Amino acid sequence: MTTETFPVTSAGDGPSVAVIRPPRSSAAASRAALRALIRRDLTVLRKNFWEFVGRTLMQPLLLVFVFLYVFPTIGQGVGGAGGRAGESDFATVLVPGVVAISIMFQGIQSVAIQLSQEFGYTREIEDRVQAPCPIWLVAVARVLSGATQALISALIVFPIAAVVHAPGVHAHLTVHWWIVVTLIPLACVAMTSLGLVLGTTFEPRNIGLMFGFVVLPLVFLGGTYYQWTRLGAVSVDGFHWLQVLVLVNPLIYIAEGMRAGLTDAAHMPLVVVYPVLIGFLVLFLSVGLRNFRRRVLS
Amino acid sequence: MTASQRRETANETVIWTEGLTKVYPRSSVPAVDGLDLAVGRGELFGLLGPNGAGKTTTVGMLTTRVVPTGGRALIGGIDIVARSTLVKQLIAVVTQQNTLDRSLTVRENLYFHGLLFGMTSRRARDAADELLARFRLSGHADDPVFVLSGGMAQRLMVARAILHRPAVLFLDEPTAGLDPQSRLALWEVLAELVAERQTILLTTHNMEEADRLCDRVAIIDHGRILALDTPAALKRGVEADAQVTVQLAGAGPEPAAGAGPGTASGPSAAADGPGDALAELLARTVPGVVRTRVADGRVELQVNGGDRLLPRVLEAAESGGFDVADLSVAETTLETVFIRLTGKELRD
Repeated sequence: MTTETFPVTSAGDGPSVAVIRPPRSSAAASRAALRALIRRDLTVLRKNFWEFVGRTLMQPLLLVFVFLYVFPTIGQGVGGAGGRAGESDFATVLVPGVVAISIMFQGIQSVAIQLSQEFGYTREIEDRVQAPCPIWLVAVARVLSGATQALISALIVFPIAAVVHAPGVHAHLTVHWWIVVTLIPLACVAMTSLGLVLGTTFEPRNIGLMFGFVVLPLVFLGGTYYQWTRLGAVSVDGFHWLQVLVLVNPLIYIAEGMRAGLTDAAHMPLVVVYPVLIGFLVLFLSVGLRNFRRRVLS
Repeated sequence: MTASQRRETANETVIWTEGLTKVYPRSSVPAVDGLDLAVGRGELFGLLGPNGAGKTTTVGMLTTRVVPTGGRALIGGIDIVARSTLVKQLIAVVTQQNTLDRSLTVRENLYFHGLLFGMTSRRARDAADELLARFRLSGHADDPVFVLSGGMAQRLMVARAILHRPAVLFLDEPTAGLDPQSRLALWEVLAELVAERQTILLTTHNMEEADRLCDRVAIIDHGRILALDTPAALKRGVEADAQVTVQLAGAGPEPAAGAGPGTASGPSAAADGPGDALAELLARTVPGVVRTRVADGRVELQVNGGDRLLPRVLEAAESGGFDVADLSVAETTLETVFIRLTGKELRD
């Protein structure tokens, strides 16, 4: 640090103020801080990797086990009573859905729950925001490392969801690579941004509320277990109310996008999926960053 | 080097504020009200005041966490509001709460802090190991931080704060909640930092801490500076060099007597209860009494000069028919100064 001394103009003949030049420019300091913040998060992920894998796998494994192994095995039809063919069709619908909710859960787990605790009782956030970068970058770093975790969980879940089936049940999977490599990262960032909104909104003691009133409705009305294209059948006086209602749910676009990326089944048009998902991403990120700033500054 | 010598060499102002004010939303009273400060390089400056005096808000503003509603502040010549990101390169803060990263080990807490401030991996690792040794934490280097005692956690937070060699170190009530031994250990650490000419702004409501450590102290209450000088000068300002405390026999706390804190009264105050009567008597008969104060069945006399102080007080009290249970004399402390300025006591 270099130092020079000059009198403060408004202080007149008062004491001279030492001018200390910070070692680096704001931009250089911010880049280094962003790298360090993400590196810290990934170090923590590496340390707890098996815990992470367990947490990631449990829910998809149970879903696939119950719906695609137990149900077909005991003859409890979930595939529109179409025998093995119907069950395979259901598997085709469910596998992309499972990948979609894994991404969502990881986004919420890695960002919302963590942040809520750091704001609430560990106070770790107070030190992190002293990093020599803008405050919003601290939140962005968390979103990016959370998105990395969501991406890893999608990669772990997909093979398992595709394989754990009863004999004779086969999900008809066709991987459309360009959709997969664009949509999964987009979905990961959108869901961790949602995590940022939730984590800066809910106190640690209200996490149960968050699961009850936000996460569960998102999961059950998010097209995990069914295709959006077939919801038209749920109607009152010809109005497809459920098909319209679920459009406010960001998960539906991820599930439908996964269906487009992993199967040849019918799905919502991609010209809708991409822009809406980007719209949700922008909305969540801007609300989340605004909340974060408000929580940090007073 | 004595404190005053150090102050004379520290003529470059590192922290400078002018009319710094914070009014929190939905609050009619300012938390900090027009603060003017100039803290020199290498100075250990203390903000002393009771809880709610505005100390933490002041540190919050200077560390860019609290947005001022008025006034201006510069750190190293850089505006804390307009260029907060740059300021954060120059400062470090140790807060009241434990903000260590619980997911990391002791060493990793230091290492990642180094990376955060742009050090290379090697430099961060070296700096971490050096500080672990210096702060006697090497034995716990690879332990998770939650095994640390309160004192060790506090030392680690100070180590983390100085790792990137900040121009200014802010310590917000660093010893609050520490046991006496840990408090002493931390004071030793701070004394070393002062010897290295680290500029430090410390807030505390502990008189002894302010007296022992600080080059200069600003006594603040209700967000305003009531007095600002070296601890020695502040005590001189009381114009009394000793405080005699007389405990009356059988006199417990007497809340009804109107003698609670706030009645730091002159000798002419209306006698009300045996305490006040004794105070009046002593002020009249003992030479050098500057002021008296009655609280909880105790009479406190601030006395300037005078030998045979205790025998004289005892003689006067007993000849006046008062039953003295206990008698003590102490040097004037910052607490005396504080009571004089605010009319209330400053307690943990």
